[in-house]
Amino acid sequence: MADKDYAYYPGCSLEGTGSAYDASIRLVMQALGVEVKEPHDWSCCGSTPAHAVDHLLAGALAARNLVLVQKMGLKGVSAPCPSCFSALKTAHYRMAKSKAFKDEVNELLDVPYEGTVDVRSTLQFIYENIGVEEVARPVKLALPNMKVAPYYGCILNRPPEIAQFDDPENPVSMDNLISAVGVEVVDYAFKMECCGAAFGVPRKDMVNKLTHKVLSMAIEAGANCIAVACPLCQQNLDLRQAQVNAAMGSSFNIPVLYFSQIMGLTYGFTPKELGIDKGVVDPGNLIETGPIVPKEVEKPKKTKAAAKEAS
Amino acid sequence: MRVINLSTTSDASFIEQVKKESGQDPAECYQCGNCTAGCPYTEFFDYPVSMIMRLIQAGQKDTVLNSKAIWLCATCETCTTRCPCEVDVAHVMDTLRNIAYREGRYTEKDIKTFYEAFLTSLKNNGRIYELGILMGYKAKTLHLLADADLGPNVLVKRLIHFQPNKIEGRDEVQRIFKRFAEKRDNEKRDNQKRDHHG
Amino acid sequence: MKVGVFICHCGNNIAGTVDVARVAEETRKIPGVAYAINYMYTCSEPGQDQIKDAIKKYDLDRIVVAACSPRMHELTFRRTVEKAGLNRYYFEMANIREHCSWIGEDRELNTNKAMEAVRAAVAKVMQDKPLYSSSFAVNKRVLVIGGGVAGMQAALDCADGGHEVVLVEKSPSVGGMMARLDKTFPTIDCSICILGPKMVDVAQHDLIKLYAYSEVEEVKGYVGNYQIKIRKKATYVDWTKCTGCGECMEKCPSKDAYDSFNFGVAPTKAINIPFPQAIPKKAKIDPTYCRQFTKGKCGVCAKICPTKAINYEMEDEIVTEEVGAIVVASGYGLLDIEKMGEYGGGRYPDVITAIQYERLLNASGPTSGHIVRPSDHEEPKTVVFVSCCGSRDKSIGVPYCSNFCCMYIAKQAILTKDHMPDSQSYVFYMDIRSPGKGYDEFTRRAQEEYGTKYIRGRVSRIFPKGKKMVVRGADTLLGTTVEIEADLVVLANAVTAAPGAPQLAEKLHISYDTNAFYVESHPKLRPVETNTSGVFLAGCAQGPKDIPASVGQGSAAAAKVLSMLSKDFLENDPAIAQVNQNACVGCLKCVKTCPFQAIVEEELRGGKVVAKVIQTVCAGCGVCTSTCPCGAIQLQHFTDNQLLAEVNALCLS
Repeated sequence: MADKDYAYYPGCSLEGTGSAYDASIRLVMQALGVEVKEPHDWSCCGSTPAHAVDHLLAGALAARNLVLVQKMGLKGVSAPCPSCFSALKTAHYRMAKSKAFKDEVNELLDVPYEGTVDVRSTLQFIYENIGVEEVARPVKLALPNMKVAPYYGCILNRPPEIAQFDDPENPVSMDNLISAVGVEVVDYAFKMECCGAAFGVPRKDMVNKLTHKVLSMAIEAGANCIAVACPLCQQNLDLRQAQVNAAMGSSFNIPVLYFSQIMGLTYGFTPKELGIDKGVVDPGNLIETGPIVPKEVEKPKKTKAAAKEAS
Repeated sequence: MRVINLSTTSDASFIEQVKKESGQDPAECYQCGNCTAGCPYTEFFDYPVSMIMRLIQAGQKDTVLNSKAIWLCATCETCTTRCPCEVDVAHVMDTLRNIAYREGRYTEKDIKTFYEAFLTSLKNNGRIYELGILMGYKAKTLHLLADADLGPNVLVKRLIHFQPNKIEGRDEVQRIFKRFAEKRDNEKRDNQKRDHHG
Repeated sequence: MKVGVFICHCGNNIAGTVDVARVAEETRKIPGVAYAINYMYTCSEPGQDQIKDAIKKYDLDRIVVAACSPRMHELTFRRTVEKAGLNRYYFEMANIREHCSWIGEDRELNTNKAMEAVRAAVAKVMQDKPLYSSSFAVNKRVLVIGGGVAGMQAALDCADGGHEVVLVEKSPSVGGMMARLDKTFPTIDCSICILGPKMVDVAQHDLIKLYAYSEVEEVKGYVGNYQIKIRKKATYVDWTKCTGCGECMEKCPSKDAYDSFNFGVAPTKAINIPFPQAIPKKAKIDPTYCRQFTKGKCGVCAKICPTKAINYEMEDEIVTEEVGAIVVASGYGLLDIEKMGEYGGGRYPDVITAIQYERLLNASGPTSGHIVRPSDHEEPKTVVFVSCCGSRDKSIGVPYCSNFCCMYIAKQAILTKDHMPDSQSYVFYMDIRSPGKGYDEFTRRAQEEYGTKYIRGRVSRIFPKGKKMVVRGADTLLGTTVEIEADLVVLANAVTAAPGAPQLAEKLHISYDTNAFYVESHPKLRPVETNTSGVFLAGCAQGPKDIPASVGQGSAAAAKVLSMLSKDFLENDPAIAQVNQNACVGCLKCVKTCPFQAIVEEELRGGKVVAKVIQTVCAGCGVCTSTCPCGAIQLQHFTDNQLLAEVNALCLS
């Protein structure tokens, strides 16, 4: 079993629009018996605006936080927000790859970064460091009405050289986590198509079109709920769903939950505790829980075919 | 269509600059178009990604740095993930944006303003204050009603703080910005000196 | 001792950056050098005559030529000095082209380096000893590895030349990839119709011994005298009894076996004959699917077989064959399309490979030549072909072009229209590579006559939408993204080295490149030879190539074999290891390190144990000499003294 002693870097979004993500992760971690260790006085990772403006500035803003984790003496840090994860991991990666870049970044910092911190998304931390078996253990309730389309967004596992997690074309980690807590998952082709990211404010037209595609593909695949692992994806798919409908002439009404909220519901936490009321699209009866029905053990296909022939 | 005189307009120093700053060799691109095909933003771009790569190969500095495409790229990394030539295309786009920003070329002004509002909030508080960014952005762009329709939901659901969350180490973050600005200023001065002498 | 030195200009190749006149002048000052001259092309006939004349005129007894690499012309000049009456080993080459003129631009430095190289060569040639080859008898049988079209061609040509051929084929039938094709480009000939007669010839040739469903297990020996161990894999059917009647296949209750001949387009029976024209036409049991093996009971085939050929107890058998030459025609593999995650191969049933599509087109294929989508068995109306699926893609480790995909895609597009006149085909391509005779005209026909729409750009993503597959690619000529809603997508997946190619290369002591294709001795001038004498290459084992090129190489390899086997005796290279029995302490480290098993233990009279080199097996690599703790084993023509003389000359200069 991999090391569970990682710091937890919530990031700015999780203090604001993504507060429900933060709340649900903390409850899930509590149920899984994993202590949440937040670096004291962390600062913003820099996100897209920093790297869009200058790579060096982006590196330094992210690395300041890696230094905090370094000071805590922990092996690594997990970040729930893919944008934070990407900023931290990219800084780490580029500093490891180029001594010149590392030196330049460290010149901007009070305390230099030594390059020792393993950066993961919190999804990866739960999937790999805790594991699906452990994740299934605290499950108390079922969500019989829910059919979830997991939406990964662009940068949780891309580019593969930097992210080093899951498949860059057909990721399965969130699918497997949600299945592990007994909730039905549907497969669809737009798990990773970009939703428009941070362009919600300056270029809403782009977000409307891109988000529209993602929502329609998920609904076409038979989903009645979308699971996300990103506060920005959540914002675009949920908060902006009405904008999308208005701009594109659609009438979507599909709730968008964080994967951790879905896990939390099966662990017996209330929708309120998990911040589900902060979502704009009302999940209605989808979040009604029921007793766990023992699953039928799926027989391997071959035996089935053989049984048919024998009869 | 514009006729490009490759003998007189191909800027070799620009190709070299992109190569050096991005760590990627534009010559490795063989123009298969995979980046354009996978790019979710092609429909919004003035030049599709593969054509940006081609324009770099042709040394067309102004066309590249004045393009909208470099500002509309969301760094979703699809191009980088699928490039058969192992070119980190998204990083090249990011590098172009860096160069354009440094040279004061902002073809998508709203996006640039949004980024600056974000970084200002970060510099002042150490963390991001979403309402502050939005207000800063509205004041600069005069898009005063941007996302006003979201207001009721945002307020009722208490998705946004009304006070910035300031961290203790604000000064430390500000020192990062200060040292960064000094470094870039010095470089600029050195370059000007060199150009002058050259 | 009188050394003659000839410094070659090689046109401007050497004289361009080396002052050859000065090299000659300085060379004349070296003690022992009786004659030195520079000349435009030493390898030319007048150049060689000049050497011969000088030997006579100045009574020279050692010769140095300072020119190109010895790989190029050492043999040429050895023959020259021999013709003038010297032992051919009284000759040295100083490489002042590849090692000097071609790699540096500084004339002064190049000239100095050339003079040093000459000085070293002079020092060496003065230490050289006369060496003499011995001859050994040649086994005139030939081993051909691989029964595809290249291997069959080589086998038939060798057999027609009067030599017994042992043909080893890994799968249950000869025919290789070509036997799976429907038609061939650019003539739209029926593939099996033109290949079938060759397969029958192989089966019926008196001089060809076919081992089907067999693999080369071990290769021992040396050119002219190889001992080959062949593993005959268990078929669980006694092929001496099997008549190929096919009754077992009809009655076999296990219907889910993977059909490797059809690349899994449809399942087959656990006991099967791969295809109607198979050679040999014999049945074989696949134990991973046969109920007798998986469940321990069934026995239907054993009961039904009219000749009682079924034997569930059969085991692999090892046989030994002796041959003098080997042709390697072990073919190619295809990239696993699951490596291209964005194309959904392996996940979406209506995304298939081109070879699978070939089986769908083929009248004797699983659908009797009806094109149907695997998902719902409906006829597709829109078919999209994706070329370079993995080819020219550094990111997945296939940097090269797969050579023949452009052509077979054009062919498949034409055949698609032939089969379904109301269908529309699209081809995504990066470049159309059609340099063969009649090839480019063929790709034009696909577009002009058959209305195939060619789109210049790579495909980025394939995903399902309802019953359709959406192909999202670029049209770089239009400068934007394009999407096509297809019924069926055909991927031209990259050609790779055959699975197990490196392992076979190691058995044969031949080299392979970073892509595991076998390396020819010279890319231009020795295209079917390897650097291991007696081992020749043909077909895609050497690199992706189409049918005419494979057949051509098969015949070329056979021609090389026939010319080699036209001699009753071969001469060995005397530049091999030799043991000084007095100095040898019998530690036998050399026996362990020799990569060719050329050194054995020998007990002398009196009980002393020493190492002994088998002259014909030693390849002269020199590994033993660096292993020997007491300098007792020496490589002739590269002895310690000879090499030290060179080093001394360099240090003193």
